[in-house]
Order: sequence, then C-alpha cells, then structure tokens
Amino acid sequence: MPYRDLPADFESKYESIWVTPPNTELCDPQKVAQYYQWNLDELELADQLGFDGVGVNEHHQNGYGFMASPNLMAAALARRTPNNSAIMVLGNTLALYAPATRVAEEFAMLDVLSNGRLAAGFPVGTSMDVNFCYGVTPTETRPRFREAEELIIKAWTQPGPFTFNGKFNKLRYVNPWPQPLQKPHPPVWLAGGGSVETWDLAARRDYTYSYLSFFGAKFGKKLMDGFWNRMDELGVDRNPYRAGFAQQICVSETDESAEKEYLEHCSYFFNKCLHIPPYFFEAPGYRTRKSTEFAIRTNQPGVIAASAALEKNWKTLNEEGFIIAGSPATVADKLIEAAKTLRVGNLHALLQIGSMPHELTKKNITLFAEEVIPRIRHIWDDEGWEHRWWPKGAANRSKSSSAASQA
Amino acid sequence: MTDTTQQTPGATALPPHVTERLIPALAGRVQARVLVAGHGEPVLFLHGAGGLLWDPFLEALAEGHTVYAVEHPGADTESLEHLPGIWELVLFYDEILDELGLERVAVVGHSFGGMVGAELAANSPRRISRLVLIAPIGLWRDDAPIPDIAGVPADRLPELVLADPKSPLAELLTPPADDPQALFEAAVRMASVLHFIWPLPDKGLRGRIHRVFAPTLLLWGEKDALVSPVYAEEFAGLLRSSETVLIPDAGHLPQLEQQQATRQAVLDFLDRP
Repeated sequence: MPYRDLPADFESKYESIWVTPPNTELCDPQKVAQYYQWNLDELELADQLGFDGVGVNEHHQNGYGFMASPNLMAAALARRTPNNSAIMVLGNTLALYAPATRVAEEFAMLDVLSNGRLAAGFPVGTSMDVNFCYGVTPTETRPRFREAEELIIKAWTQPGPFTFNGKFNKLRYVNPWPQPLQKPHPPVWLAGGGSVETWDLAARRDYTYSYLSFFGAKFGKKLMDGFWNRMDELGVDRNPYRAGFAQQICVSETDESAEKEYLEHCSYFFNKCLHIPPYFFEAPGYRTRKSTEFAIRTNQPGVIAASAALEKNWKTLNEEGFIIAGSPATVADKLIEAAKTLRVGNLHALLQIGSMPHELTKKNITLFAEEVIPRIRHIWDDEGWEHRWWPKGAANRSKSSSAASQA
Repeated sequence: MTDTTQQTPGATALPPHVTERLIPALAGRVQARVLVAGHGEPVLFLHGAGGLLWDPFLEALAEGHTVYAVEHPGADTESLEHLPGIWELVLFYDEILDELGLERVAVVGHSFGGMVGAELAANSPRRISRLVLIAPIGLWRDDAPIPDIAGVPADRLPELVLADPKSPLAELLTPPADDPQALFEAAVRMASVLHFIWPLPDKGLRGRIHRVFAPTLLLWGEKDALVSPVYAEEFAGLLRSSETVLIPDAGHLPQLEQQQATRQAVLDFLDRP
C-alpha cells in the first residue's frame, strides 16, 4: 500500500523510502485516510470475488507500506469479509514485541473475532523495521524472534497460568484470555527472505514458509531450491503447500494494454518504493554468518529492477520476472510456470503496485479473480497433497490458494 | 595463569617482539586474544570499532611500558551469546586482568574502547591506576548527536572519522567494495561492537562514572566529526580528576593522524609520578 503521491524527484532528493523519509514533509494524513479506505475496499472486493484469503503485513516508517499495525486492518477485515476468506496476517514482526505475549493476545483475538480464519504470520522482519525503526540490537534479532515464537506457541497451547523465564521475556504469569479458536493453534506462516535458520524452524515445527520478495520467481528459484533441498535433508515431505511466494501481478485484456495501463505504476514502485540504501538493508549483525552468502547475492536484483524501471523497460521487468503482466492467459501461464518451478502451493498475489490508482487496482483484482484464479487453482491437485496450513474456519474454495496481499 | 602462546592461522603477521596470547574468561566460554609487547609498567589498551591493529601508537607505548592490547570479543557470534551486555563485558575484562596477573594497571581506550575503559574503571576503581580516554563514547547529548555509523554509506566514514578524509588512513576504514567476504568480516567486527551500543552509545555510564578513581586524561581530535569534542567537557564534568588535551588537525583517530602530539600527551600523562 504505497504512498501514491510522492514528489517526482523523491528518489534523488531523499535518502530512503524507509526509516528516514521525513513524515511531516512527505506524509499527509488526509491522503493516508483515503489510501486506508481504498486498501480495505480492495481487500473486501477480493473476498467478494472469491479469493481464498486477504493479506496484510507490517512495516514501520515506510512510504510504501504504512500499516504499522496490520492487526488493526485485519480486525476491520474480519468484520467485513462475508465470503469467509482467510485473514492472512503476514505477519507480526515478533522481535519487536517484548513481551511477545502481546502478539499471542492480538492474534488470538483476531482468530476468535474471525471465527478461526486467521493465518498467523511470523516474519523475522527486515533490518529496517527491527534494527533501525525499533532499535533492536542487530545481533539480538534472531534470538528475540526464536524466543518470541516459543513463547507465543506455549501461550496458545499450554494451560495457563504458567511461568516463562526467557532471556528477553520474563513473565511470572502467562495466561492470555482467550486462547485462539483454532486448535492446537492458528496455522503459522513463516515469512522470510532466505535465511537458513528460518527453513530449519519451518521443518522442525511443521510451519509453512513464504518467500516474500519483489523480484519474482527467477530470483526466487535459487532460494526455493535451497528450501526444498533443506527439507529433503531433514526428511520433510515435498508438500507444495509448505511453501509460498509473493508476486507482483498486472492483468489486463491484452498483453499490450497491460503495458499501457501498468508500466507507469510499476516504474513508480521500483524507482521510488524500493529506494532504500544498502546500509539499511542489513545492519551489521542482522544476518548470521550461515545466511550471509545468500544475502550478498540478494542485493543484486534490487539494482537491476531499479535500472530497468528507470529506463521504463517493460520488457526487462517482465523477462526478469519482477512483474507478471499481460492478458489473463499470459498471466496464468507464467504463474503456473513460476509455481511449478518453485514448487509452491501458496501464491501471495500483489495486485496494487506503486502508484496504481484505486479503479485500476479493482480492475486488476477483478480480472485476476474471474480470469486467472480459475486457471491456476488446481495445478497441484494431481499430486493429491493436503493443505494442512489453511485456517480451519476459512472457506476452503480450492486446493492451491491465492491470497490478495498488500505489500 | 593460563598462557597459551601461539599464532592464529591467517592473522596478519606481527612484529617479532609482539607476542599473541589467548586467555580464557567467563569460565572458558569466551577467549580473549591479547597482544603483548614491551617492558615497564603495564598498560591495558582497548581498541575502537575498527578492530585491533598493532600500529605505531602501540609501538610507541611499548617503548616504555608493557602493553597488553586486548581484542574486543565477538568476531565469532558465539562469544556474544555469553556477553549479553556491558556488565558481562566489564567482568570479562576484569577476569582477563586477573589471568594476566595485573593487580593494578593503567588503561588506554579509544572510542568504544574508551567507553569500556571508563566502565571498567567505574566497576573496579582501585584496580585502575591511570585512565586515558581517546575520544570515548558512552555519553549522549541531544545537542551533539553521535552519527549512526551503521546508517551512513561506507564512503562517508572518512569524513566523519578523519580530519583529512583524503589521507591514506581512509583506506583503513573502508574494505574493498568488490570483496564480499572482506565486507562481511568487517561487518562482523562492527556487529560485535554495535552489540553493546545499539541503537545509541548510551548504556548508563553517566550513572556510574562518578566511581572512577583514577586520574583521567581526556584526549580529543579538535576536528572529530564523529564524537564531538564537546563530549570532553561532558566527561570532565562527571569525572573526579581529569584533564583535557585537544589535538589540532586530528579527527576521531588522533593517535594515527597526529602521532607525535598524541603520543607525547599520553606518555607524559602515564609517566607522571
């Protein structure tokens, strides 16, 4: 959900879209009032049109995503999604909350409020949010995440009150009211950018893992291969619903009209919304030695995407897979190819991109729901896997799931 | 005393008169690497965020003193798990002094090492005979914020740290941009310091520094753009006994930028009866 009215010279004049874009100078609350309404309207439309889930996420001090509390948006959605879509909160950045029982409580509230439709996202969080905006010591990012995860699951599954003696959370009485509706607890969706530690956690706890990036399947391939190799090593099955990925998608009547309608907004996204200096991406100590080699490489796509967008190069954006755009048939074919390549059963469809206006976003959502979802819905059916990570109270419209998400 | 004299594989070759010792601390959970050289009264040296190098300043100190230069722990992330905060870090140094058999010692600390030196002297006031703080961090003034070294591009570091950003010393500050491994190792070194000072280098020294008993020299580069010389006044106002020397034409690394003036001020102070 980007700020759609950034100044034309934003990326040359300001340091970053994240952490330091000056709020009084650049962010008009009147405009944000409108953006929030549009955003909720778009997600409610997705529910009506038969998406499996609607998604929200958390960022801080960020001009392309200002849902500091995704739980507030999810609460609004829980009341206004009569078609019973899953409420995908991807997620709450666990390391930010001490005591992390706050997350256990709010997620439990959402689960109860939505009658068991919550997918509980546990992202490690970016260095921008965790270290720079919230001041968490970089070397504590992962230890805090691990401890919060443990505490939340205990708070949801062990009868209270009990005592939790952690390093960062010391609680004499853990006893949240209520515990979640879903038993043993809402499905946990890990969200990450490719750290090996997170994959191991997914395997050990039987969580589903979503690779969230703006760079598409081509760049995600190496990473998801790593994920599946690790699952093989740990003796975990290859159920595609263990995995998901995010993709920016633009659907129009034809491939040509897609370029005409969406190029400007995609350029806005890659130029302005990803205008983040490398030093904010990774405070020293944020990544472990084990996960760094990959991180060094992941900085590359951002640069390529930005230059492609600067040249307004629609062809490059498409060929590199940063966006999947075109007619419904083109989009469906490419998505099937991407999903099969990565072996993922969950697609987080990012359908509002950059400066894309409300009407065009609704068109994108509508075409995707009516013309694309039916073509991609059953791609894994022949393998016969069960989606064990789908919220129990949510409508089960299909096998493969697609959730409309907002970055 | 445990004394394991050995050369770490791959370490930069040290001059022959400098000995490397590995000293266990915190019940063996963390190991300290200590460079030892020289003769005379003992001096403990604590380096800043750039890492431990045997440089001309240490060489000059070693001419009339026995220098113990301890490498800040945490280049391997496991050590940091045993050092959750400044309290454990101070205990770590206190134990190292025990292991080295140093009942009383002068301490020279630069930047982050200055903060640690001040904390150590506040914790063990009778153990520290003299204290030299070269552009220490550890206090915070809203009117003189210390820039976020993790939040600036690497190529801006020279202008923050050096009086003359074009000086050859600039190369010391920036690892080659085309060497991801070197960049990562530099990031790990930085992380091991940031571990103790994130997000601001204020961890409560203000409430403890009054315990420092040792006469203290505050030495600052006049052109320090990272830790402003106004902090010299701040430290002086909190210490029982201190004097301040400002070094002209020096930034945050006066011991390397103005070697003669800095070593003279430090040696005069240390050798005073």
